Amino acid sequence: MEQKVILSARGISKSFGLTPVLKNVDLELKSGEVRALLGENGAGKSTLIKIFSGALKPDSGVMSVEGQAYCPESPLEGRKKGLAVIYQELNLAPHLSVEENIMLGQEKQRLGFVERKKNREKIKQVLSFLHHPEISPDIPVWQLPIGARQVVEIARALVSKAKILIMDEPTSSLSQEDSRRLFEIIRSLKAEGVGIIYVSHFLEEVMEVADTFTVLRDGEVTGAGEIAGTSVEQLISLMIGKRMEELYPEPDFQPGEVILKVENLQGQKMGSPVTLTLRRGEILGVAGLVGSGRTEFLRAVFGLDRIKGGLLIISGKEFRPRHPRESIKQGLGFLSEDRQVEGLALKMNISDNLTLSRLDFYSRYGFLDHQKQKESARQLISQLGIKARNPEQPVWTLSGGNQQKVALARLLHQQAEVFLLDEPTRGIDVLSKAHLYELIVELSRKQKAVIFVSSYFPELLGVCQRIAVFYRGKLVDVREREQWTEEALMKAAITGNTDNSISKAKVDRME
Amino acid sequence: MKKEEHLRKLGGILGPFLGLLLVLAIFSLMPEISGRFLRLANFKNVAIQSVIVALSALGMTLIIISGGIDLSAASNLALSCVLVAYFIQAGFSPWLAALLSVLNGGLIGFLNGFLITRLKVVPFIVTLGMMGMARGIAKWVAHNQKIDAPITWLNSLMARSPRPSWLLLSPGIWLMIIMAVVVGVLLRKTVFGRHVFAVGSNEMTARLCGVRTDRVKLAVYTISGLLCGLAGLMEFSRLTVGDPTVAIGLELDIIAAVVIGGGSLSGGEGKISGTLIGVFIMAFLRNGCTMMGWPNYFQEIIIGAIIITAVALDRLRHGQE
Repeated sequence: MEQKVILSARGISKSFGLTPVLKNVDLELKSGEVRALLGENGAGKSTLIKIFSGALKPDSGVMSVEGQAYCPESPLEGRKKGLAVIYQELNLAPHLSVEENIMLGQEKQRLGFVERKKNREKIKQVLSFLHHPEISPDIPVWQLPIGARQVVEIARALVSKAKILIMDEPTSSLSQEDSRRLFEIIRSLKAEGVGIIYVSHFLEEVMEVADTFTVLRDGEVTGAGEIAGTSVEQLISLMIGKRMEELYPEPDFQPGEVILKVENLQGQKMGSPVTLTLRRGEILGVAGLVGSGRTEFLRAVFGLDRIKGGLLIISGKEFRPRHPRESIKQGLGFLSEDRQVEGLALKMNISDNLTLSRLDFYSRYGFLDHQKQKESARQLISQLGIKARNPEQPVWTLSGGNQQKVALARLLHQQAEVFLLDEPTRGIDVLSKAHLYELIVELSRKQKAVIFVSSYFPELLGVCQRIAVFYRGKLVDVREREQWTEEALMKAAITGNTDNSISKAKVDRME
Repeated sequence: MKKEEHLRKLGGILGPFLGLLLVLAIFSLMPEISGRFLRLANFKNVAIQSVIVALSALGMTLIIISGGIDLSAASNLALSCVLVAYFIQAGFSPWLAALLSVLNGGLIGFLNGFLITRLKVVPFIVTLGMMGMARGIAKWVAHNQKIDAPITWLNSLMARSPRPSWLLLSPGIWLMIIMAVVVGVLLRKTVFGRHVFAVGSNEMTARLCGVRTDRVKLAVYTISGLLCGLAGLMEFSRLTVGDPTVAIGLELDIIAAVVIGGGSLSGGEGKISGTLIGVFIMAFLRNGCTMMGWPNYFQEIIIGAIIITAVALDRLRHGQE
């Protein structure tokens, strides 16, 4: 079959405020082609997808679909032009049936009445084309396993006669078996002439399913070409490139006694048990992709999820976390990865947010000493350089970086000894990041212990003493930072493979 | 800067207060009643009429700040009213009858809280169910009619002219003032109060900070239940009988008072002073309309409009921040 270009984008640029997210990006997709779109978190993949779908407008650049100029005003218009996006978190109405979900917004109707028979035929046809004839159109979507839900979403795209399908991390929540079946579907779609943009972190899958690739780094295309003849290592180095090192403070680690010991700890939501030790004055990095089990591990340690088995030993004493209240008393401090939803009470003021976990410092017979409370808040605000008018300002009026400092300051205030930080630098500007690194290293100088979870590996290499890697629910390796390179971390996080040939080679060279 | 903060704090209460002044101004300008409306005697009258709603609304303020709702408040109040009469008729001393019925109010509240935190059913549903159950039990206890009880000192709690006369105000009004101060202090000056705000503002954050959110909710519903029980006692004192059909639909007035006073149904916001002003706005409206000889439906329309206006103005103020 003659392959013709069905989607072309030239010179796409986009900035949010003063921050450029995409710079002069080119991308081309032919019919029957699967193009992998690769890049680290924050490289600009999601923004590019949103521009394709019509959810965002580019600042400059031109797009065309099947040779016709394409500048969608809304996702709806994108859909009408034959472009469908299947997002990581699926967009289905859980209470509606499979049929209703597939036909939603495109019901075949006559005089306002749904023509059920025609709908039904069409759906049966599509589902069997997708190798899933067993899915009944009548059951509500929430009863389906996650893999089948994805099939429903793809079916919806097919019924709308999409010619271009964008899949955002389609396998991140699928089992291996479901992933296999998805690849078969992708092959059938290719044979039908559908063009697919496939976004994924799992490079091995990409090697298997994609024909071509485009790599983004910091909003720019750093490479594009055929998958055949390209190695995983080459792709990784295109994704990483070179980076500034000046952001990171010079740590000097003097590890003291063991403060936290985790032995075969198995939380309710953890994939497999974890064993780790943490010393005073140490910063332990935890690398891994979103959904790799890092967050679940931290939450289990802090008592937010139930513990099924294993041991937790704090300063030599066994501790069974049940409620955050007890964990806080034991000296644990937890920073949530989602400060907007969980980490902070946005409507409350800074002073209350800072002190909420230890109001007992200011209470006598249950009565609060507001003056004392505000005084402490003032001290913390100046100590951490939080930009605020006064302690009674509501937290939602602060910038992201300053909100995060409030969340971290709360842990200082509650006199935590072990800091469990889940993605502390997510969504904040570079300057605030640098300031946070400084604060975290300062903690280690004061002989506190830190576990620092991040998807952004350079920062782990920049501030941590040891780095552990999680992959699909499992802790696969822990090493001193000198024994990691960014390539090795990335490889371990996306393949689970900790073969350290790369890092060894590098160490040898350094010696 | 300091001034700005004070103004911002004041802003929340200023709106309802101006609303109250407006209501007072309108009625005092009506030539037909201007002579009678602005009298101390009339104010006392309105205060007495406010006691029952006010006591329940204090508890409702706690609940709404914590992010919940209590639809069973009025039924709880009616059950308590019936129980006082029932116990007195059964020969209990007035003290004991009053105590037991107030405690029963607390028990109903505790049950609400228990079901909400244990079964993880939303407050709207739990208290909707409890609304029917409490009302049903009240009718059952009273055999579906009013319970007559011999006159005791309990019936003078809501008297217009207090005895002894040095009290100046009816004991019911004093009770309302004292309880308002107690709940206000509880909310503003104690650790528990901060926890109530935290739970309503963001329950997940509160839990993360070690707040035992379930216990806080349990306490909030129990306190509110006790206050409803107390309101029921006042209702009995006013009626001198135990009437199981009293206060039907009153829970909506109670909720309206909190909302007019700046409480947010999404939690984390609310003020005792605001709630009291909300109660008085509604009470003065009823009083003024009655004096004017305007029909009942007129009052209903006005109060409905006020609820919507109050909340809309509140949103507007938030938008400016």
